Amino acid sequence: MSRAGDAARLEVAIASKDYVPANGRAQRVLDDLRLTLTRGEAGAVVGPSGCGKTTLLRIIAGLDHDFSGSVALPDHGRLGMVFQEPRLLPWRSVEDNLRIVAPLASADEIDALLGALGLAEHAKHFPGELSLGLARRVALARALAVKPDLLLLDEPLVSLDATLAAGLREKIAALIDEKRVTTLIVTHDLREAIALADRIFLLSPRPAHVAATLDIATPRARMTGEAAAALEQRARALIDAARAR
Amino acid sequence: MTRLWSFAALLLTWQGFAWFAEPRRLPGPALVFETMLEEARSGALFSNMAITLARVAAAFLLAMSLGSAIGYAMGRNKLADRVLDPWLVALLNLPALVVIVLAYVWAGLNEAAAIGAAALNKLPNAVVVAREGARALDRNLDEMAQVFGLSAKARFRHVLLPQLAPYLAAATRSGLSLVWKIVLVVELLGRSNGVGFEIGLAFQLFDVRLLLAYAIPFVALMLGVETFLVQPLERHVSRWRRGAA
Repeated sequence: MSRAGDAARLEVAIASKDYVPANGRAQRVLDDLRLTLTRGEAGAVVGPSGCGKTTLLRIIAGLDHDFSGSVALPDHGRLGMVFQEPRLLPWRSVEDNLRIVAPLASADEIDALLGALGLAEHAKHFPGELSLGLARRVALARALAVKPDLLLLDEPLVSLDATLAAGLREKIAALIDEKRVTTLIVTHDLREAIALADRIFLLSPRPAHVAATLDIATPRARMTGEAAAALEQRARALIDAARAR
Repeated sequence: MTRLWSFAALLLTWQGFAWFAEPRRLPGPALVFETMLEEARSGALFSNMAITLARVAAAFLLAMSLGSAIGYAMGRNKLADRVLDPWLVALLNLPALVVIVLAYVWAGLNEAAAIGAAALNKLPNAVVVAREGARALDRNLDEMAQVFGLSAKARFRHVLLPQLAPYLAAATRSGLSLVWKIVLVVELLGRSNGVGFEIGLAFQLFDVRLLLAYAIPFVALMLGVETFLVQPLERHVSRWRRGAA
């Protein structure tokens, strides 16, 4: 394994990753999984539940070193990550949660971020006083506060109701366009990927590799209903083909 | 208010028994208070209390800082836990008196031996509590701190300490009362000043008035420390829990 910053883009080349259960034989989770993202691009990794998406994200985030292959992070490798559970510090206020991970950010920058995510009135609240939807937004604000070279989102819309999910999806899309930060989203929801990404990586079932890559010519705000429907149809066909193989 | 009534009932019971007992065995509250005033006027009460309080503080801080560090290491590191556990069990079951006598025999009748012996009696308890705290640390927050590259100082202050705070508060409460009781024994056996020494003197003269005149103010002092120092501190560090939904 190796993991380094300084590349111009995100390059993931995982030869293999095995998971060894407490008592049992090793299972291969990832097998020859390769993907790249150029600077400023948003990629979405889509695959069925349990196919190893989160494992992939943990390897890229440097939380799992037990794999063979290499990961090169863009620029200085500064990471911002939104975990599935928000993982905020419950004993610090919302604004302190941002300040602690981003000690160099100015008060104005923090305020602007909180404002952009509709959190201005919650700045002094503790995370325990927030709903899951709000806590997710705080986690997103925190990930952006560090001015990341790579933004990692693990199922950012999961377990939110439809309205909340749609609202947050629009916010994420707007922020990706505004900040031009290299972003990797992991999701089980194809429509979510189509709404957010420049490029979609479809994963095969376990052991996962990238079965197909879809480039989106008109991402996010420029996406039309017809284009989204056409993409979805294409992607479903590719997924079925990968499964049949 | 209920506390005041309860306290008044205690005083009344004391007075009631004092009416039937001979004053040498059990002097009434008024007599004891008089002796207290005498000792206070001569300055002996305050100087002895100050000396004892200083010993309590030194022994307590020594035991808590060392105990927390060892307990944390044992909670985080399996090898350290396995190596140190028998020592811990031995120390937990070693009678306080044995530790004190051995300390005086080996290190001489000096201040270091006195404080060290008192600290050593509290140490295993602090270790046990800190170990429980370290075992309960949230791995998710550790990973968050790692991904965001938090400095060691920020991790200690914002991630580690708030999680250990309830455990340290519990160790503080049980610790203060334990340490001051042991310091009295230490003073009785090998010091020529302090509340414990005065109580030893009172015992040799069978002077129950003097004994109570020293014991009661010190109990009141420790009650004050608990009420005005430990409890407000505990409320401050757990204020984030109050608003929890």
